[in-house]
Amino acid sequence: MSDILWIQNGRIIDPLSNRDESGDLYAIDGRIVDSLSHKQQEEAHIIDAKQAVVCPGLVDIHVHFREPGQTHKETIESGSWSAAAGGFTSVVCMPNTTPPADNPGTIQLIQNAIKKAAIRVYPSGCITIGMKGEKLASTGSMKKAGVVCITDDGMCIQSNELMRRAVEYANMFDMPVMDHCQDESLTKGSVMNEGVVSTRLGLNGWPASAEDIIVSRNVILSTHTGAHIHLQHISSATSVDIIRRAKQRQIRITAEATPHHLHLTDESLATYDTNFKMNPPLRTEADRQAIIEGIKDGTLDCVATDHAPHTNYEKDQEFDYAPFGIVGLETSLPITLEVLHREAAMSLSDTISLLTDKAAAVLNLEGGNIKTGARADITIFDPDETRTVDPDKLLSKSKNSPWIGCEMKGRVKLTIVGGKIVYDGEKIVC
Amino acid sequence: MSWNRKDLITIEELSKDEIEKIFAVATAFKKTFGRSVKKIPALRGKTIVNLFLEPSTRTRMGFEVAAKRLSADVISLDMNSSSTTKGETLRDTAQNVQALKADMIIIRHSAPGSPLYLSKILDIPVVNAGDGAHEHPTQALLDCFTLLEKLGNLKGKKITILGDIIFSRVARSNIWAMTKLGAEVTLVGPSTLVPHWFTNFGVKVSHDLQASLEDADAVMLLRIQHERQTSSHFPSIGEYTNMFGLNKTRASWLKPNAIIMHPGPINRGVEIDSDLADSEQSVILDQVTNGIAVRMAVLYLCSGGSPEAVIKHSN
Repeated sequence: MSDILWIQNGRIIDPLSNRDESGDLYAIDGRIVDSLSHKQQEEAHIIDAKQAVVCPGLVDIHVHFREPGQTHKETIESGSWSAAAGGFTSVVCMPNTTPPADNPGTIQLIQNAIKKAAIRVYPSGCITIGMKGEKLASTGSMKKAGVVCITDDGMCIQSNELMRRAVEYANMFDMPVMDHCQDESLTKGSVMNEGVVSTRLGLNGWPASAEDIIVSRNVILSTHTGAHIHLQHISSATSVDIIRRAKQRQIRITAEATPHHLHLTDESLATYDTNFKMNPPLRTEADRQAIIEGIKDGTLDCVATDHAPHTNYEKDQEFDYAPFGIVGLETSLPITLEVLHREAAMSLSDTISLLTDKAAAVLNLEGGNIKTGARADITIFDPDETRTVDPDKLLSKSKNSPWIGCEMKGRVKLTIVGGKIVYDGEKIVC
Repeated sequence: MSWNRKDLITIEELSKDEIEKIFAVATAFKKTFGRSVKKIPALRGKTIVNLFLEPSTRTRMGFEVAAKRLSADVISLDMNSSSTTKGETLRDTAQNVQALKADMIIIRHSAPGSPLYLSKILDIPVVNAGDGAHEHPTQALLDCFTLLEKLGNLKGKKITILGDIIFSRVARSNIWAMTKLGAEVTLVGPSTLVPHWFTNFGVKVSHDLQASLEDADAVMLLRIQHERQTSSHFPSIGEYTNMFGLNKTRASWLKPNAIIMHPGPINRGVEIDSDLADSEQSVILDQVTNGIAVRMAVLYLCSGGSPEAVIKHSN
């Protein structure tokens, strides 16, 4: 097998280099090259893209692969298959494993499991020991072990003093701190957005202000310390507004939105379907529109899935008792295209950018572009081909998707990591 | 005049017609109350399981009495004796009940949406006996049945619901039932317990007790649900009684023929003055008695019983 790749007849879109044209893409030994010599052309492995989009491999800076300790939900291997099937070639996995990834030893354990992954998986580490919000974990040592950021995702550090020290300390290592913004005093027992729908359903409401307060706190702490804080899965219109103003003042804040907050609202909870139970919760149409606006004007930097696998039997419970979270890697691209490209009329290139170079830029990851010399991480997808979301065909171990049975437009045909095909449109091939 | 539901999960989903159908059957059943032998053989040979995963006195006894009056065999499981304490899921408990060839499940649960969840799993009828702060359909039915007995008609009648609304399934079910029957409903209580979201459901929200009592044809009091409050929604019980308790002075603002209702359990001296609970205006115990008739109607109809057969028979 040749290490030369020649992708023909594609619509090549590379948002970082403003490239959007019909043509070919070449790679040698896992790197993108300008052209191939005659001899190289003869030896090349040729892929006919058949006019499909050829773009950088997608990047997701927020996934839960549950290893170690919760491998009944997902493993790093199965999660990487799900990612590859969704067109992702790089993901950042969250540290809320069992035990939590709060020390270099556990990070090493994760690094060992990553060797089996079909794509590039980057570990993150906890901000605090055991994600308890009490004592800082060893950020520097974890950086040496390879973490690309720290976060207590799922838990939010409630102490402003501790958060201040965390970002101040991490800033010394240029280590981004990602925060799950939730004031827990406002969300005791909460299971869905507080509003008309929660009032009708009798479910305990979760006010958007619980997010807004911590978003404000983080803007203030970033202003004070100069440290970069990344705000995870923004769900509220007020938060978008706070972030917008912070960015106007050049504060080092970045933020992400999930496909589900872009696509769904709390109206979807009318039947108490636990596949619509997530944290932060789905909010109102006004919030959804504000998130779309925030994406369009750059207030929100990228799209990230918060892929959160749970088994059927864990989700199959009374709404109050079911865990928060949904899988998202295999539906992220079609949903993002649906909302941002088709509904909000963003260009295909600008939409892809949110899943590639802009996502990589948040954490300074290599990847997210296919400029000459870049790693040959490539996704080929047909934006118009439709597919119905079938739980039996999802490659994630868990099937907790709110879009089960929905028809989606946009189908991944090929996922390539470092010049090697890892997903052929139907199955994992590595 | 048929009935097409196997389950009774919410009042919200019922039409006015369906509510009136239940009342017609309940009226017919109520006529049997004066007999010396009160049992009728409508559900003879049927097994009804009362699955009560949250404490209840009135509702559970009400359903048991209703089922027994219809000659059904009743098995009641409460939270302490059920397998949920051993870690069994609701799905498994319910499927076991169905495998034991029960013909119907009545469920009381602290988690909203549980009856709907069960109704999707099970083939047998599911009747909601209260799910968290969501709905308590038979309570609203017996409340409106009582209101109709006392007021004749609900069209244009003014009803004030006073107290802990946010945590109340009784309030929610009554909002749907009363407005469907044409009443004008006002919710009153502290702003923390009566959030403005409720104005989306065709009712008024007020914090002015006097104005809300003066033109009411009926006032329904709700107890403060300590068990559902996740944090402090008001300063103290004393302050609540001081600001919103129905005492004799405030009761004097009511029209003389206005009625006082309460779904129980009442907390004497807290939301209602003890004497008022026992006064001429109070219909609290009529509500309990009517609960039997209404629940008989619900069990009968959800089991596939024909409304005409009962109504014709009673005439």
